[in-house]
Amino acid sequence: MYEFASGPLVWIAFIVFFAGMVYQFMKLLMLAKKDKVIYPYMSLKYGLRSLFHWIVPFASKNMRQRYEVTIVTFAFHICLVLLPIFLAAHVVMFSFAWGPRWATLSEHAATFMTIAVILAAIFFLARRLMMPEVRFVTFGSDYILLAVAVAPFLTGFIANRQWFDYETTVIIHMICGAVMLMAIPFTRLSHMLFFPFTRAYMGSEFGAVRHAKDW
Amino acid sequence: MGLPAAVNTTVSDPGIDEAAKSLTTQRIQEVIHRVIDKETAARFRTYLNTCVHCGLCSDACHWFLSNDRDPRFSPVGKVKQTLWEILRKKGKVDPYFLKDCSRIAQTECNVCRRCSMYCPFGIDIAYLLLVVRRICSECGMVPQFLQDTVNSHAVTFNQMWVKQDEWIDTLQWQEEDARSEITTARIPLDKEGAEVMYSVIAPEPKILAQLLGYIAQIMAVAKIDWTMPSFDGWDNSNMAMYSGDFETMGRVERAHYEAALKLKVRRIVMGECGHAFRGAAYDGPKWLAWKEPPVPLIHAVDFYHELITSGKIKIARKFEEPVTLQEPCNIVRGRGLGRKLREIVQATCADFRPPDPEFEHNYCCGAGGGVINCGPPWKTSRVTGNRVKAEQLAATGAHIVITPCHNCHSGIEDIISTYKLGQHVKFFSEILIQVMEIPDELKAQ
Repeated sequence: MYEFASGPLVWIAFIVFFAGMVYQFMKLLMLAKKDKVIYPYMSLKYGLRSLFHWIVPFASKNMRQRYEVTIVTFAFHICLVLLPIFLAAHVVMFSFAWGPRWATLSEHAATFMTIAVILAAIFFLARRLMMPEVRFVTFGSDYILLAVAVAPFLTGFIANRQWFDYETTVIIHMICGAVMLMAIPFTRLSHMLFFPFTRAYMGSEFGAVRHAKDW
Repeated sequence: MGLPAAVNTTVSDPGIDEAAKSLTTQRIQEVIHRVIDKETAARFRTYLNTCVHCGLCSDACHWFLSNDRDPRFSPVGKVKQTLWEILRKKGKVDPYFLKDCSRIAQTECNVCRRCSMYCPFGIDIAYLLLVVRRICSECGMVPQFLQDTVNSHAVTFNQMWVKQDEWIDTLQWQEEDARSEITTARIPLDKEGAEVMYSVIAPEPKILAQLLGYIAQIMAVAKIDWTMPSFDGWDNSNMAMYSGDFETMGRVERAHYEAALKLKVRRIVMGECGHAFRGAAYDGPKWLAWKEPPVPLIHAVDFYHELITSGKIKIARKFEEPVTLQEPCNIVRGRGLGRKLREIVQATCADFRPPDPEFEHNYCCGAGGGVINCGPPWKTSRVTGNRVKAEQLAATGAHIVITPCHNCHSGIEDIISTYKLGQHVKFFSEILIQVMEIPDELKAQ
């Protein structure tokens, strides 16, 4: 089982992830052509201007108004992206299989970041349950997606601490990671790919066509 | 869930109720599939798939805030009650569900786009609700008063069944009035090769004719070479844009530009209206597949700014009463005229109280987007959903609210009376007329 989870499953997960992302991107380009306003209105300058104001913390009005969401969301996403790439255990496995290796996070930093991801996920869950306007638009799929996103971090943390049988927990961790990767192109987790484009389009419409700010 | 019983469902509107009686689920499904497959593409699909249901758009919407944060009025809440259901059922929805869609998309959203400024992904929620309006309109379901204006557009090319002789008579009457103030005031009709074609919305000749007299005075003092068309195309309003009848919208916009092309004018100046500007500068050209309008077009606010900064109009004295400002969605959020508007108000008014929030973040008046045009049946819902605007205006302590847009003018007039704010609304031209310097030789005796 360990051999499968750390070998072929990783291949499958990454292939599905990359192929899925490429498919979604090509579909986006094709549909964008059909949606006649997109290519004429898209503007590099105004798209980037809008993207900048929404990717720098507190650069937009709502990011300042909802500062608690801003802080948690940025912490969550930054740690979520950096941990899998720079975790020592992952880098070791990658360089053992392929050769190259790169800088890694210290044990302390990794622990801190993993806990940050887990706490952020609890914040998102609490938000969904407690705020009426979020609860109103929350479905089972939203809870499942949150679970899929946080499971690799939770199981990775448990495996690292060796609270239970290591081999079992690490296999579960690898399966969770694979599931998350494969889920990204085909669920709302694809906002990872789409958000820069929707933001750039809105920035272009507001900036180039309407001469107004959208932050 | 713990929410009170659904609001506004007891309003009776024949345009919606009668349509529901003659629709079938099958017909609705056909229309939905046609609209979604043929008229939507990347934006529709991407917006719905990228929204992570975070609810951050809620704080943007005056409907949500004014209705005590009832989630059914949040932008994403409105999309949930309409499009999510439609997609979940693959279009197989019954007429009673469509009635709710019409109520929500047509009367409980002003498509003001404030939500797009609060969504981290820049999702165009107003666009999604406009697709719902399109579906309803294609099913023949539109609030009756709104549909009447659309019918008028289709038949007469103006919003209010104004006949050509009434139009010309009104202009001549206002020209006489203007001449009793300024000797050189004229409203030149069909003057070919003029520099400016001035266009207005149909309610002006119908119920606000004095504004036509005012612009004649302003043009005379500024010595502008202008004209107005005596024929169809003089009305720059476009209610079809808001009901979802895009074909009629396109015809109306084309007629407006063709009038300008026929008169060979250098540019079009539009009167103080927000949606008309949006239709002529943006929605119309988009539907007609023009990247830019064929004749340059500016809004009255832009024009007044030009007149004041160039010195063509000088300010003799400033308006003394404390004023505040409504920043119409379609010219500020919609065309970045916030700065220029602020400058002309400050140039003409001594005691200006800025609104908060301001500029692109200002709240919608609740009347635009076709909502006030849905008529008296929906008035209570509309003023209830705009309470935050009333609170905002009251907080400024001003006596006068300047509203450079007809819908804002009417909408704010309604909330002033509902919430007993004791204020009055004025178009900017009404202020300009009082403060502009009239050279002695032009003054009538």
